[in-house]
Amino acid sequence: MSWASELPGELVCRPLGLVALTGLDTTYNAVHKAIWDSFFNNRRNDRVPLQFKVCTADHEYPKCKQKRTSYEWYIPKGILKTHWLQKHLQEIPSVVVVFFDLDWDEPLWKERQMECSTRVEIVRNSLQGRGTKIAVVLIQKNAPLPPGEDLMAAERAVSLCSACEISAKSLYVLPHTDHLIGYTVRLENAFYEQAQAYYHQEARKVKSHKDFLNKTTHQLLFVRHQFKSAFFNELKQDSHTAIKHYKQAYGYMLDLRMHDTNMLEVKTVAGFINYKICRLSFQHNAPLDAIAQFRKHIDFFKSKTGIPELSFEHSAWMSKQFQVFGDLFDEAIKLGLTAIQTQHPGFYYQQAANHAIFRKQLCQGLCMQPQEMKSPDEIADYLGPTDFYGQRKWRQGHQSIEPPDLQKEREGILSLQTKERQVDHSWLIIPLLSSAVAQFRKYKSPRMKRFLMVQMGEEYYHAKDYVKALILLNKVTWDYRGERWWSLLTSILETSLKCAYLTAKVQEYVSNSMELIGRYAQCNHDAKVRVQMNLIRVMTNDVPEPEPGLDQACVEKAAGLWAAARNQQNSFTIDMHGLLPFIETKACFVSEVVSADHEITVEVCLRVGCPFPVRLSKLMVLFTNQKYNPHCLLIDRRGISASSESEVDSGDLYLKPEEARVFSFSFLPLTEDVGKQIEISSLALEMGSEAGCCAVLRWTGGGGDNLLQPLGPARPVIKPTTPGVPVDWNAFVVNPVIRVNPRKAHVEVKSSHEPPCLLNEIYLVSVLVDNKEDSDIKDVRVSLGLQASEENQDDSTQVCSSVSEFEEDKTSNTCQLEIGVLRKGESAKKEFYIKCLHAGNRTFISTVNYKVDVMVDKQGICCDCQAEEQISLTTVRPFDVSIKLESLKYETIEAVHADDPFLLTTDIRCSSPWSIDIKDSSVNLSEFIHTACDPHESQIAGVRLHKSDCGAESVCLVASSCVQPSVSLGTYTLEWRRLSSGSKELPYVQSRFPLPTVNIEHIPITVHVAVPAFGRVKTLLPLCYVVKNRTPYVQEIQISMESTDSFMFSGNKQSQLRVLPGQEYKLHYNFFPLVAGQVTLPRLHLDMMRYPGTMDDIINKMLPTHIFIRPIGKTPPGST
Amino acid sequence: MAACVAVIAKENYPLFIKTIPTDNELKFFYTVHTSLDVVEEKISSVGKNANDLRELYLGLLYPTEDYKVYGYVTNTKVKFVIVVDSTNASLRDNEIRTMFKKLHNAYVDMLCNPFYKPGENITSRGFENVVLAMLQQD
Repeated sequence: MSWASELPGELVCRPLGLVALTGLDTTYNAVHKAIWDSFFNNRRNDRVPLQFKVCTADHEYPKCKQKRTSYEWYIPKGILKTHWLQKHLQEIPSVVVVFFDLDWDEPLWKERQMECSTRVEIVRNSLQGRGTKIAVVLIQKNAPLPPGEDLMAAERAVSLCSACEISAKSLYVLPHTDHLIGYTVRLENAFYEQAQAYYHQEARKVKSHKDFLNKTTHQLLFVRHQFKSAFFNELKQDSHTAIKHYKQAYGYMLDLRMHDTNMLEVKTVAGFINYKICRLSFQHNAPLDAIAQFRKHIDFFKSKTGIPELSFEHSAWMSKQFQVFGDLFDEAIKLGLTAIQTQHPGFYYQQAANHAIFRKQLCQGLCMQPQEMKSPDEIADYLGPTDFYGQRKWRQGHQSIEPPDLQKEREGILSLQTKERQVDHSWLIIPLLSSAVAQFRKYKSPRMKRFLMVQMGEEYYHAKDYVKALILLNKVTWDYRGERWWSLLTSILETSLKCAYLTAKVQEYVSNSMELIGRYAQCNHDAKVRVQMNLIRVMTNDVPEPEPGLDQACVEKAAGLWAAARNQQNSFTIDMHGLLPFIETKACFVSEVVSADHEITVEVCLRVGCPFPVRLSKLMVLFTNQKYNPHCLLIDRRGISASSESEVDSGDLYLKPEEARVFSFSFLPLTEDVGKQIEISSLALEMGSEAGCCAVLRWTGGGGDNLLQPLGPARPVIKPTTPGVPVDWNAFVVNPVIRVNPRKAHVEVKSSHEPPCLLNEIYLVSVLVDNKEDSDIKDVRVSLGLQASEENQDDSTQVCSSVSEFEEDKTSNTCQLEIGVLRKGESAKKEFYIKCLHAGNRTFISTVNYKVDVMVDKQGICCDCQAEEQISLTTVRPFDVSIKLESLKYETIEAVHADDPFLLTTDIRCSSPWSIDIKDSSVNLSEFIHTACDPHESQIAGVRLHKSDCGAESVCLVASSCVQPSVSLGTYTLEWRRLSSGSKELPYVQSRFPLPTVNIEHIPITVHVAVPAFGRVKTLLPLCYVVKNRTPYVQEIQISMESTDSFMFSGNKQSQLRVLPGQEYKLHYNFFPLVAGQVTLPRLHLDMMRYPGTMDDIINKMLPTHIFIRPIGKTPPGST
Repeated sequence: MAACVAVIAKENYPLFIKTIPTDNELKFFYTVHTSLDVVEEKISSVGKNANDLRELYLGLLYPTEDYKVYGYVTNTKVKFVIVVDSTNASLRDNEIRTMFKKLHNAYVDMLCNPFYKPGENITSRGFENVVLAMLQQD
């Protein structure tokens, strides 16, 4: 039947104006061939939309029918002739081009002109009555001259036009030169204009008929004329006018009288027009118009089924409408349209598929009666090409309501039904569904996609392609399971089970059965019973009963397959992850942690949800460390169908419905797992026997409902089950991980030391290990180390086992010592030395590791034990050293003068709670600094400082003149140790302190005066000021002595003098003190010519300011 | 009136589905299930701005040839879906809204039952009666 709803190719193609090229000998003439190729080949989108066709000069075009002058008695036989579209697309050209080889300078001009005009005449005759345009193209060898220059050409062109009876505009020249394609494109454009004019004129011609029509008899013609107008406009490439006419045609269409005899014709043509409207709407980027039009179209014709015997025809038509629209929509999307989740081609494909499914159902209802089938010859009489679109072959042109011949009508219907019977509907439905799937996937509708895949699977099932059906359905079940739509899942599983049965796929059959008899399957109890019985049959290597409602032929075939499957060994593993089988498992370590010398207990809880009890053959718990696997194995050798009563020596894996059973296993952890985790990697159950059919069901991890895991964050407490009490399945906790901790150590670790630790000292920590085990311990090792943590990353801590190691510079922050065997009750003491290079708090850990043999369950195992003790240690500074620079007058100075002595004073203040014994101190001076007189000798050696005591030492130093402005003085070193009871053996340690960096100033002159310790009132006090020039230049100096009330003096009050480089100048003054006491000396002012105004202050700092003057001594009476 | 009423849990599994008596219940189940695609999309597109007060009524989810599917999502992401025959012209947006309101009230009443654990299938007779009334009316 599909022939009637198919869209013909001429409707679907893009209409292009037809141009016929005549006079081209493309076979023998190379020039003509090149011209033709330039027209025909490479028609890209930028070329004008025309179709070219080569014809012989005397080609017969379809004859033009005599146009009626009146429509009064005319009754149309149908809406649209099947040949009409084809005729205007392929047969009647809009322009006929006559190619003719003729140069302007042709010697035999007259003859050639005559020949040309004859050719034009022939063409014109064969186009009698049509408006087809005629154009002449002269193929010339020479390039044309510019217009107006070639007088002969102009003259001959005029004569040729008149001879051929064409207008000058229709005469073209095609010089056969290099730029052929350029000329072709220009010619094409000219033809295109003419073609448009032709189609415009044709459309008008059709329109002009309208006035003759009347509404009663010519309804069909209204549609036909509008359609034709629209199509001519399309050929003219005026799609906006075209769509307007198509819409009008569609409007007239809906006004037609519709009855059973013409319903197919109406629907067919309406479908065509609808197609055109939708297509042009999409093309005009008006998708909403297209959708609205389609909606209107479908809503109108949805209920127009036609005669009931052929209702499948209607479904086929509906399906086609949706499919075609889907294609148009999809095409538009490919060209840039954007669709949305609720409006995209997928919906249309889905509907198309739905109608196709409906068609199949109708076909099964209508066409499958055991009536006689028509032979192909008879069918050919009734079906086949017709003159009008959508008419019945046996009554073409018939337009009245009643069919003319009832017998013929019946025969025709029967032929159609026979034909329909031969259609393989599934192969129509599946591609539609698969298109829809692709669309829904694109528009983020996973559930719809899955639903369509289910439909596809079911269709494959109907098409008897069970393998594909099974694959498709298996793909989607997971999602339905995950979303817990049990009723949908059950229906899918039922179909899958049928497929698995029919293809005798044992594994799929078993896994589907397992789910169907589980607690979540929605099928009724009887179905479950039947499925379980079949499952048991399969597992005992028997042939299962067929599923109900299957095709008998297929069942027989399947029985054969099953029999074959029976003979071979069937062993397979089913991954239970993501399935919801009838049997559920949970595994649990009864504790979260276990000590290395204790047994691990694993409990496995099993529960079945099927209607009958079931016996399994093997239970296995598999661990990440496979060495434990043999400990957790339970085998039941009684066979799947045996009941529980029989007495056998092996384990019992008989499970009653809804009764949870717990199986318990225990084993000792291995030494290699101490400190690690043991994890259950999977649980495995075996059904059936290895000899026949054997299914291994495998759960990853600890089992439990992997899809329906409770979402609560709180971890329930694990309670070991008590035997004899029924197990509550829901309370059974899944715990697939256990941690194996080392055995608890039975030794005592004690450390003794004297905190706080002093910075830089060697600090003694002794660790005492006391064996409290019941037996000897071996491989005892003690270690002391800094606790590994973020803040302890630096290298400021050293731990050693002997003092000498500190000198060897290979220290680390941990140290280990071997003790070896320690007998029961014995103890051992080890000493460690710590040196801390930074102050602060540290945590050390002393660790004792050993091995001990213990007996667990009459089984000796060797355990590693570890005991730890933490030591917190604070490191403090033993003393604070402050260093000062002073002048010889004990004034603190910032800078020193080159070659002038100064004092370095160190104050050592003991801040340690322990007394400190200082062995020695030394100053290590830099090269520019030296001691003023003797080498430095420690002034505090042997001093003992208690807490808060101070020790000081002073050294006189001189800075030699150097170029550097500032100089580091050097370092100060103290050699010391703590003074405590345990420190006698400890060595002294050295602490270094950097001396400050000083600025060295250069003074050009020095003034020195030797002042006696005291003077006496009214006694002469001679002073000599020595001025020394340190520069290599002569210095001019002005000197003045300030007078005071305390002294009289003689000498230069004011003078100017000149000091030679490196020389001294002496100024002698005789002072005469007038008052007693601490008296201010007269100030000496000094000014240098080179450094005016700067020297006075500097010099004053060099000179003594005061002198002590004694009163006049009382002479003892009587001595004068 | 309505052809099918469904209550879907936050995790998208059905809590309650009732259809008018029909041989092909599954078809409605599939319709409801597939409509969740649109519901999810609509929720996620609103969810971006947390301050937006989302309207609970989602409107027409998508039209099929025979049925119209409407959606409603509570603030706890429990979804209500009502499937209506397309030919039934008497049901306009407002009527559907009222139906959803009624359904929501019934659901809240049902939820107030202290013996009902959220997430379990709904077995409340009171709730069922409300739904049945929606299916039978008119």
